[in-house]
Amino acid sequence: MSATSTMNLAQRKKIMRRSFIVMLLAIILLPLSGYWLIGNQVTDNEATVTNPRADTWRQVRQGSPDAYTAVQGRETNVLIQNMAQNWRQLRNGPLATYGSWLIFSVLAALTLFYLTRGQVKLTHPRTGKTVERWTLNERRLHWLTATLFIILAITGLSLLYGRYVLIPIMGHVAFAAYADVAKWAHNILGPVFSVALLVLLIKWFKENLFSRIDLEWFKGFGGIIGDQHPPAGKFNGGEKLWYWTLATAGVAICATGFVLDFPNFDQSRFVIQISHLIHLSTAFLLIAFAFGHIYIGTIGTEGALEGMTTGHVDTAWAEQHHNLWLEELQAQQQADSEKQTSQ
Amino acid sequence: MARMKFLCDAERCIECNACVTACKNEHEVPWGINRRRVVTIDDGIPGEKSISVACMHCTDAPCQAVCPVDCFYTTDDGVVLHDKDICIGCGYCFYACPFGAPQYPQEGAFGARGKMDKCTFCAGGPESDNSQAELDKYGRNRLAEGKLPLCAEMCSTKALLAGDGDIVADLFRNRVVRRGGRPDTWGWNTAYKD
Repeated sequence: MSATSTMNLAQRKKIMRRSFIVMLLAIILLPLSGYWLIGNQVTDNEATVTNPRADTWRQVRQGSPDAYTAVQGRETNVLIQNMAQNWRQLRNGPLATYGSWLIFSVLAALTLFYLTRGQVKLTHPRTGKTVERWTLNERRLHWLTATLFIILAITGLSLLYGRYVLIPIMGHVAFAAYADVAKWAHNILGPVFSVALLVLLIKWFKENLFSRIDLEWFKGFGGIIGDQHPPAGKFNGGEKLWYWTLATAGVAICATGFVLDFPNFDQSRFVIQISHLIHLSTAFLLIAFAFGHIYIGTIGTEGALEGMTTGHVDTAWAEQHHNLWLEELQAQQQADSEKQTSQ
Repeated sequence: MARMKFLCDAERCIECNACVTACKNEHEVPWGINRRRVVTIDDGIPGEKSISVACMHCTDAPCQAVCPVDCFYTTDDGVVLHDKDICIGCGYCFYACPFGAPQYPQEGAFGARGKMDKCTFCAGGPESDNSQAELDKYGRNRLAEGKLPLCAEMCSTKALLAGDGDIVADLFRNRVVRRGGRPDTWGWNTAYKD
């Protein structure tokens, strides 16, 4: 008796569960059944016909690519160019704001670093013997690129921030006179910089390919932090990173610069606006990196600058910062002298 | 104070380009520079619409916002003008303007830009009104003579309206109400006297 009643209870529960699921499905699906009817009836009737006037204004908002105008010129048939407002917002907003933040925080970080860590001194006294680090042509190339970079950075930043920083000091007329010169200098020296950068990238390409040694260099923070002396060839990991930043962001800034510099090729406004935004963001990246590069090359490291000015560095400096390169040089010297004695 | 506005009635514009020609002639605009242009959507197809467009003299003008040398200014009448003595021809206003208003004479090789030129709402520039210098740089200053922009003044179908924004809006509202041969304000003629 009790067994059958439990059976009945289990069965009843099963039936209840099933009917509950059926009811739930019916609640969900039955109201949707109307769509099945509509789906069969309306396919290509009034629903697809749009308001012709709405179509006209939609075309305008989409840049009216098929519109006609008797006036000749670049994109004269476009009534509203949609990227223009975005370009304005991005340039005047995040790019100008965060760009200045980036520059100032890099400067602050370097100052703070110099005050706490100080100059990276030579660990061993100078030997008096020197080795050639940069040939005259390499130095010429470096300083040409460096000078042009600094001029381009100053003139470029003047066009972005001059209105907020220089006009209050100089006044409109004087700043306009300077900005006119700055614009021409930027436009003319830009292509020269591009050529110099390209030659530099080709000349130092092989020596800047990353190897396993660079990984160790980065693990030891390049000897900048702490007192380690991680191994390095002619170019250390940091220099290689700078090289590849120039090979990517530097090439991008040159390419976009050409787009902006030569409006005679009838490039569209959209291409110009995008190019300008890339030009601006890569400029900030390169300027920030250049600050680091200049710091390490001058006051940051004892004996580093003389390599790029005189072309020669002390062997003590070479041993400390570019040991593998010095070994390579000494091995080659030995081989050369052995060759001479054997002859 | 008036707030000057342009309005082009797309239902009326017949793409005669007289506004373009009148502007060029009035201001003796150099060859290749077009302060105003007429654009036709769906040209030759039923539903074709034409719109005459020039500088819109925006309230929050993008050209003004991006100009590196801050050469733009808005007059008391809401007209956006610029100082060609300060302009360096960088092209930024052309990047920022959605209406394609800024124009540049070519100066030197590779399409290098000269000083920007655009519609002045026939209000000249910063020089003293109707001076020779103003005429040479910006064209005639009709507003100073108590006249409205010529493009709208001589528009044959009165599609292009220029003047105080409130008056322009009233004119247009009346048109919209009466379009289609009779007023769309049902019952008004019977119910109200004026």
